[in-house]
Amino acid sequence: METFLQHVVNGLILGGTYALLGIGLTLIFGIMNVVNFAHGEFYTLGAYGAFLFLSLLDTNFFVALLGAIALGILLGGACERLLLRPLLGESIETTMLVMIAVWIAMQNAELLAWGGVAQSIDHPFPQAPLILGPISVAPLRLFVFGTAVLLILGAHLLIHRTRLGKAMRATFQDRETAALMGVDIHGIHTLTFAFGSGLAAAAGTLLGPIFVVYPSMGDLAALKAFSVVILGGLGNFAGATLGGLLLGIAEELGAGYVSSGYRDAVGFAIIILVLLLRPSGLFARAERVG
Amino acid sequence: MKRIGPGLLAIVLLTVPLWVGNPYYVHVLIMAGIFAILALSLNLLLGYTGLLSLGHTAFFGIGAYTSALLALRLDWPPWVGFLAAVLVAGLAGYGIGKVSLRLRGAYFVLVTISFAGVIYLVSVNWMELTNGPLGLPDVPPFSLGLPGLFELSIRTKPAAYYLVLAVAGAAYFLCHRLVRSRIGRGFIALRENEALAESVGINGTRYLVLAAVVSAAMAGAAGSLYAHYTRFVSPEVFLFTYTVTMVIMVVAGGKGTLVGPVLGAFLFTALPEALRAVTSWQWQMLLYGVFLILTVFFLPKGVIPTIETWLRERRASP
Repeated sequence: METFLQHVVNGLILGGTYALLGIGLTLIFGIMNVVNFAHGEFYTLGAYGAFLFLSLLDTNFFVALLGAIALGILLGGACERLLLRPLLGESIETTMLVMIAVWIAMQNAELLAWGGVAQSIDHPFPQAPLILGPISVAPLRLFVFGTAVLLILGAHLLIHRTRLGKAMRATFQDRETAALMGVDIHGIHTLTFAFGSGLAAAAGTLLGPIFVVYPSMGDLAALKAFSVVILGGLGNFAGATLGGLLLGIAEELGAGYVSSGYRDAVGFAIIILVLLLRPSGLFARAERVG
Repeated sequence: MKRIGPGLLAIVLLTVPLWVGNPYYVHVLIMAGIFAILALSLNLLLGYTGLLSLGHTAFFGIGAYTSALLALRLDWPPWVGFLAAVLVAGLAGYGIGKVSLRLRGAYFVLVTISFAGVIYLVSVNWMELTNGPLGLPDVPPFSLGLPGLFELSIRTKPAAYYLVLAVAGAAYFLCHRLVRSRIGRGFIALRENEALAESVGINGTRYLVLAAVVSAAMAGAAGSLYAHYTRFVSPEVFLFTYTVTMVIMVVAGGKGTLVGPVLGAFLFTALPEALRAVTSWQWQMLLYGVFLILTVFFLPKGVIPTIETWLRERRASP
């Protein structure tokens, strides 16, 4: 029972960052109708961004995290402005091809810039785990989970409580009508992509110190983001949050009780099973943002 | 010109080993031929039925593993392994097609990626069968013949070239016949407007599953050729890079044409080889990405359709 609890707690902590990844991806799909295959690369960018700020510019750990997230937001915005805006109105396959191209280009640019060696990110938290009854948690992981929860709450408030969020939801429901009502569609698209990329970068900076940082780390992250999004239903914010937590727990249990070699198969299996049995996601009433 | 062109091309292709002395160039042509089969097979789905499958390496890898394992474990002659590879990949195409072709758009793409991902993980983890990440070395070279009667082993590069040329030619012919038949017109009708096509009596699912089976079987054939030519199979055959390469070949060459994917296969096998002398693998892949973006922006229909449109316009306004 203790190991089971420990697995669940570990899964929840991982799941928080999976949820961040999934929310970014699901917003981009829901609002822009773009399947963002480069999502994992923004996750990698976040991790390497933190590494860059810490090791080369010698900044404070928390400043490095913020800097990395800012980097993700800026690059995401630029990517939308340069590559996706000219293709507005093209078929979903066309933008998908472009995003695959961005994925390959970014990953290999990272390989060229950093080399293939895995790097680790130093953090100021004590190594000794906190013992809470039957379970133990490293302080760093607690910080990661807390930050992820705060970011998810922030994203939720942004979408439901601000004018900008209202404009985003309007664009999701009907792009043309929203434009007629005076919503700046182009601006919303750029912001959405920048915001989604920022969330992916945040997930990368948070998980970077827990694991190691290497150029192809984004591939697995992208797989996880896609399984989270499909679990929750494409374009479903709350679904992505729950889906992230569920995937984290399912992976930990799968790796703990079945076989760690098939840990990453959990993501694929979720995609296949959910799409075939319940294509609109586990928590879908109707597809919508929010 | 229309008569002479294909004949000239056939003569050139048939005599390549005679005047290309450098075995390295022959090797590049063999790889281009294998990729031409793959590009043709992907094009059958992407170009004619309009479905973007990003799991095509699954069938390539299944073909390669089937052929290699039958030769290594059961000592089957490679040409029987080849037929088995075609059959097993076709069956996999039927199974995967049957379940995933209920979905469209992004959902279909993600399911095809996931199937390829699962098969990759199985090839890494099922040590007893596949030898895991170490792969299967010493796959015998292709040979034709019947036990006890005659045996023609294909060890040299020119022999392998003719073998690949023959299979690629057969694949091209098969695609040509298929897309110009009633079935091919059904594919195109489904691509253009599925609801309308079904309303005039085209059974969508049946046609699409058929396309998936033929496409998968062709990819399996390419896999078998690859296994016996390189004589080594590892989980790398399932790499997503291969899928992306195939997609670039089809899109850049011109999806929905038959010459396009073949041209794309030659261009994108020769280009990385040419770049290899001057740059690293990372630069090549980076350029691949940039090239794909440029293609989507400036040549969205691909090389062959763009040339065709240009020729037609020139003829129309002399």
